[in-house]
Amino acid sequence: MSERKIVDAKNTFCPGPLMELIGQMKMAEIGDELEILSTDQGSAADIPEWINKVGHEMVETSEKDGVWHIVVKKTK
Amino acid sequence: MASDRISVMVTSGSREQLQMAAMVASVGAVSGNDVTVFLSMNALKFFVKDSSEKAPAEGEMGVLLEEKNAPDFMELFGQAVEYGDAKIFPCSMAVDILEIKQDDLEDYVSEPLGLTAFLGDASEGQVWHF
Repeated sequence: MSERKIVDAKNTFCPGPLMELIGQMKMAEIGDELEILSTDQGSAADIPEWINKVGHEMVETSEKDGVWHIVVKKTK
Repeated sequence: MASDRISVMVTSGSREQLQMAAMVASVGAVSGNDVTVFLSMNALKFFVKDSSEKAPAEGEMGVLLEEKNAPDFMELFGQAVEYGDAKIFPCSMAVDILEIKQDDLEDYVSEPLGLTAFLGDASEGQVWHF
């Protein structure tokens, strides 16, 4: 049961997108995928760092028209 | 995941310093560290509930933080507690001088802590001061 939830954190700055992601991760089920949208380049680098440190699964990251899309799978 | 202790002493009342302190506390806490924040001097009054006073910018960056919709430092401190189990303590001396009670402070702020106890906590791990 993996559903991908979009977390729209555009137009704020570090660590706003990370905090929004964590808030949504808390409510997600293990196995769910979340896609965070960020216009902040710092967050685009920092969020994957956090995912690796905490031990969730980094699925993919891409950038289109100034918006970064970072997809993470909740593993625990 | 390695867990480390991070102690953050916050004494400045400037927006930039409070913002950086909130960033270290929140990101530190959600990354698995054991975070303790100690609020004293000019920092504490901003944690009084329903305080309408805004922390003044000390420079251009502080002005831009507000203009560009950076996360509010109070919200980040709250998220440090909610998402990362950080502990935020008011300095017992500052509480006495300002004549405030724990109930006057934001709900995520713990009971007053003395400097001796904070220094004991801070004797291991990283110590930051803003």
